[in-house]
Amino acid sequence: MMNVYSIIAIAAYLICAPFAASIFSGVDRIVTARMQGRKGPGLMQAWWDLMKLFSKESTTVNDIQKVLVVAHCFFAVFSGAVFFGGGDLLLVFFSLTMAEVFLILAAYSVNAAYSEIGAQRELLQMMAYEPMILLTAVGFYMSTGSFGVAQIIKTDIPLVLKMPGFFIGFCFILIVKLRKSPFDIATSHHAHQEIIKGLTGDLSGRIYGLSELAELYEEVLMLGMIGLFFITSDPLSPVYAIIAVSAVMFVMSFTDNIFPRVKWEVLLKLAWIVTFFAGGTNLLLLTLI
Amino acid sequence: MSELGFLIIFPFAVAVLLMLLKKDSILRTVVVTVGALAEMAVAVLFSLSYVIHGDFPGESAYLTHTASTDKVIAVCEALLMILVFSQAIRFRKYYILLLSAAGTLPMLWLDLTGIGESMKPHIRIDVLTMIMVLIVGIVGSLICIYAVGYIRDYHVHHDDVTDRSGYFLAMLFVFLGAMMGLIGSDNLSWMYFFWEITSVCSFLLIGYSRTGEAVTNSFRALWMNLLGGCGFMAAILFCVLVANIYNLSELLRFSEIPGLVIFPVSMLAFAALTKSAQMPFSRWLLGAMVAPTPTSALLHSATMVKAGVYLLIRLSPLLHGSLPGTMVTATGGFTFFAASLLAITVSDGKKVLAYSTISNLGLIAAAAGCGVKSAMWAGIMLLIFHAVTKSVMFMAVGAYENSTGSRDVEDMHGMIVRVPKLAFVMTVGIFGMSVVPLGMCVAKWAALRGFIDSGNVYLIMFLCFGSASTLFYWVKWLGKIFCVSKDSERQEDRVRKTEWAAIYPLTIMTVALCFLYPLISSRILIPYLNDWMPGHSKDVFSASITEGDFIIMAIMIICICLLPVIMVIVNRIQDRRVLSYMSGFNTGDDRSFYDSEGNRQMQHLSNWYMQDLFGEKKILIPCLAVSAAFIILIMSNCAIRGLFL
Amino acid sequence: MKISRSPWLLHYDGSSCNGCDIEVLAATTPRFDVERFGIINTGNPKHADIFLCTGGINAQNQDVVRQIYDQMPDPKVVLACGICACDGGIFKDCYNILGGTDTVIPVDVYVPGCAVRPEALIDGVIKALAILDDKKARMKKEGYRSLTSEEYRKKRETADA
Repeated sequence: MMNVYSIIAIAAYLICAPFAASIFSGVDRIVTARMQGRKGPGLMQAWWDLMKLFSKESTTVNDIQKVLVVAHCFFAVFSGAVFFGGGDLLLVFFSLTMAEVFLILAAYSVNAAYSEIGAQRELLQMMAYEPMILLTAVGFYMSTGSFGVAQIIKTDIPLVLKMPGFFIGFCFILIVKLRKSPFDIATSHHAHQEIIKGLTGDLSGRIYGLSELAELYEEVLMLGMIGLFFITSDPLSPVYAIIAVSAVMFVMSFTDNIFPRVKWEVLLKLAWIVTFFAGGTNLLLLTLI
Repeated sequence: MSELGFLIIFPFAVAVLLMLLKKDSILRTVVVTVGALAEMAVAVLFSLSYVIHGDFPGESAYLTHTASTDKVIAVCEALLMILVFSQAIRFRKYYILLLSAAGTLPMLWLDLTGIGESMKPHIRIDVLTMIMVLIVGIVGSLICIYAVGYIRDYHVHHDDVTDRSGYFLAMLFVFLGAMMGLIGSDNLSWMYFFWEITSVCSFLLIGYSRTGEAVTNSFRALWMNLLGGCGFMAAILFCVLVANIYNLSELLRFSEIPGLVIFPVSMLAFAALTKSAQMPFSRWLLGAMVAPTPTSALLHSATMVKAGVYLLIRLSPLLHGSLPGTMVTATGGFTFFAASLLAITVSDGKKVLAYSTISNLGLIAAAAGCGVKSAMWAGIMLLIFHAVTKSVMFMAVGAYENSTGSRDVEDMHGMIVRVPKLAFVMTVGIFGMSVVPLGMCVAKWAALRGFIDSGNVYLIMFLCFGSASTLFYWVKWLGKIFCVSKDSERQEDRVRKTEWAAIYPLTIMTVALCFLYPLISSRILIPYLNDWMPGHSKDVFSASITEGDFIIMAIMIICICLLPVIMVIVNRIQDRRVLSYMSGFNTGDDRSFYDSEGNRQMQHLSNWYMQDLFGEKKILIPCLAVSAAFIILIMSNCAIRGLFL
Repeated sequence: MKISRSPWLLHYDGSSCNGCDIEVLAATTPRFDVERFGIINTGNPKHADIFLCTGGINAQNQDVVRQIYDQMPDPKVVLACGICACDGGIFKDCYNILGGTDTVIPVDVYVPGCAVRPEALIDGVIKALAILDDKKARMKKEGYRSLTSEEYRKKRETADA
C-alpha cells in the first residue's frame, strides 16, 4: 500500500518527469545533430516547444476531440504515477493502453484521412508492442514472484541477468513505443512525415501540448522500465541503472539515425518475431529453472 | 429445489402457449414479457434463497427416485430423434441419421433396459449452478423480451421469409428451459437429454428463415453438435457399463484413479469443445450468424456456448495436469489467438462478435483446462462478464441493423452523432470487452496469473499475442463509432421499446459488475473454490487482487465515468473551429476534397482488415486443420489408454 | 517565456520554380542548421507558427493557401520567401499568376532574392520571430488575433475600391 516513499516518488515523478524527459530528448537531438555534423538545438528545446504550445491558441475540429486528449493525458500520467508509486506492473500497462486508446479515438473523431491513417497505424503499433510489454511484466513476476514494482526492486541481483531475452525484446519495442525511426509510422518526431504527423495531425495549440506532455511522461515511464532491469536492493544500483538507460538511449538515437522508416507489415512481423523468440525463449528458461 | 423445477418446466409451458399463439398480438407480447419476467424473478429468488438459507457454500442434492420422470425423458428423446430424422430426410442430409442414431439409441437402450437407472440424486445445486442460473435467468429472459420487438422488425425487413414468429419465440423458451435443466442436472443421462435439446433447438433456430444458406448452416451446426453428443454418449456408456458411475459429481471423485476416468473425461471435454465452438468446430457458430439476432445473441452469450465451458469448468479438477486437460488448454489457447486474428479481418459486425465470442470462450476453456484455483476463478469471472457484455453488444448491433439496415462495422461510421443512444451502449460494451479496468480485462488479468501459476508457457504466449490482436479489432470498431462527421444529423430512434427494455438493464449490469465483482469474488467465489478444491490448496491463490489495486482501478473507472462531465467543463472554453486537414483541399464540409481537376470528390475512410496477412481465406483452413489434427491425436491417445490399458 | 524559442515552420511551395524550395531545404542542412534556433520544418499547418511561402499565387492554389493559413493557430506570421512570393517575380504577368502571397493572405515579412539565399532566409525568420513575440504579447494584452483570409479579402476589396 501507499507509504511515505511512494508518495514522495509519485510527487517527484509528477513534477520532474517533463524536465527529465526534455533533457533526455534534448540530449537525443544534440547527439543526433552531432552525428549529422550539425550543432543542434538547445538542451531544453522540448521544454520550450511545450511551453510554446501551451501559450498558443487551440483550434478544434469537433466537440469530443478535446476531452479525449485530456483523458489521454490523464491516463498517461496516471500510469507513470502507479509505476513510480511502486504499483502493479500490469495495472501500469493497462492504464497506459487505455491512454493510447483515448488518443487513437481523438484522432478517429476528426474524421480526416491523415488522422485516421495515423490512428490505425498507432493501433497497429500497439498490436506490435503489446505482447512484449505483457511478457516483460510476466518475466518480472516469474523472476521475483511479484508484479509490484515495490517488490521487484528489492531483488538481490540485477534482473537483466535473469531475463536478458526480455531486455532485448523490450528495447526493441521501445523503438516503436518512443516513435523512433524505423518504426515511427503513426506519428514522428521528424517533421515532414508522409502522413503529416498522422495521429496528432489535427491537434493544435494547447491540445497538442497536452498530447506532447503525455508523451514526455510516457517516455520517463518507459525509461523507468529499462531501469527496472538494473535496480537492485544495492543503494549504488540507481547509478548503474542511469548508465544503462543512457546506453539504451544512445542506441535508440543511433538506430533512429541510420534506418529509414519501414512499412507496417515489416514492423508487425519483426516485432512479433523478436517477441516470440527473445521473450519466448527467456520465458521458457525461467519456467524450467 | 422446487424453484429449480419451476425454472426448468415453466419455460416449456410458455413455449407450448406461444406455439398456440401464432399471430402477432398484444396477448403474445404480454405472454412473452410476463413469462420472461417470471423466469427471471424466480431465478433471482432461487439464488437469493440459496445464498441466505442453503448450506452455502456447500451443495445440495435432490431427487433420488425418478423412475417415472425417466420414462418421460425416454419418450422425449425418441421424439427428438424422430424430429431430427424427419428434417434430415427432408433435406437429404443422410449422415445426420447416423450421428443422431449413434447418440440416441444407446440412451434409449439404457433407459428401457433399466441399466442406466440410478438411485442417486439427479439434481445437484452449488454455487456454480447458482451463477449459471442467474446468467441464464437474467440475460436469457431479457433476450426473450428483446426478441419480441426484434422479430417483428425482422419480418418487416425480410418479407420473403414466412412469418413463424410464434414458433420462433417458443423455441427461445424451450432453449431457456433446456439450459436450466442442463445446469441443474447431476445425472449424466439427464444432462445428455438437455444437451441434445439445446443442439436440436439451435438447429431449428438457425434454419428459421429456410433460405438455402440458413439450411446449410443449420445442418452444419447440427452435425457438429451431434458429434459432440456422440462423445457425451460414449462417456456415459463407459461410465455406466465399466465404472458404475451415474453422476457427474461421482466422476469428479475419481480423480485418484486417472486411468479409469481418462476416457470419459476426454469424451466429455470433446463434447464441451464442440458445444463451445472451439476450433476446429468454430464454423457452426459463424454459420449461426444468418439467423435473426436473438438466436445468435442467445446462442452466444447466455446459453449454447456457455453450456460447453460450463461443463469444462465442472471437469476442471480432473483436467489438471492430465492429457484431456492438455487438449482443452491447448485448443482453447490456440482458439483464443487464432479467432482474435480472424476477427480483425472481417467487417460484418455480427461476424466480429462471433469470432470474438469464439476467442473469449477459448480463453475460458484454457482457464478451465489449467485446473488450478486462480485460473478457475478467472474462468468463472470471464463467464459472467462475457455473458452480460456480449449480449449487450449483440443487441446493440441487432438494433442498429433494424434501424439503419446494415450491421457492417464500416457503416457504423459516425454513430456517435447519428444514433447517440446506441453508440453509448456500444461504447460501454466495447469498453467492457476490451479496456482495463472494466470487466473482461480484469478476468483476463487473473487468467494470466492463473496460467503463470500452472506454468503453461504456451498459454502465456497465446494470451499475450491474443490480447494484442483483441485490442486491435475492438478499438478500430470503437474508432468508427467515434468518427464525428461534420453537420451530420441525429436519426430518428427506431429501436422498439421492448428492445430498450432489454438493452438498458444489461448495459447497467455491465457497468455495475465492474464495481461489484470484488464482492462477488470475496463473498461467493473464493469460499466456493476453497470448499470445492481443498486438495489444491498448495496453489498460491494469487488471483485475488489486492486492495490497493482495487482502489487504483476504482479511480480509473470513476474517471472514465466522469468523462462526459469533464467534456462539458473543457468545452466551456470555446475554441476556434477549423476544418480538418486535407492538404488544403477541404471543400469546407470535412467530407470531400477538390481533386486535381477541381472536381469535388467524397473521401471514404475505411478501417484496416489486413486480409493479406491473416485473412479468412489464408489462415482459417490451416488453423482448423492443425487443431483438428491435434484433437484427433490426443483423443485417440486417451481412447487407447482408457479402453485398453 | 518567449514563443520565439520554438518556431515551427510550414513550408508551402506555391507556383515556384523550386529554386527557393531547394534553398529552404538547404537551410536545414549541416552548413546552416536552422534547428539550432529550435526551428522545425513541420509539414502540418495546425502545428506551425510560421507560414513560409515560396512562389507566386495562381488560380489553382489560392484557395489552398487560404485554407492552410486559416488552419494555423494564433499567433502566426507569414513569410513570403523569394521574389515570386513577394510580388509574383518574373511570372508576374503570366496568364495564371495572381501575384505574390499577399494577394490572398496578410504577409508579415518579405524576403526577396531569386533564388533566396539561406542566409537571407534565416535573417527573415529571425525578423519574423520578433513579430511573433510581439503578436503573442498583443494577444495577451488586447486580445489580438490575426485576420482570417476572408477578412483579409474584404479588407483588400475595400482598399481597392
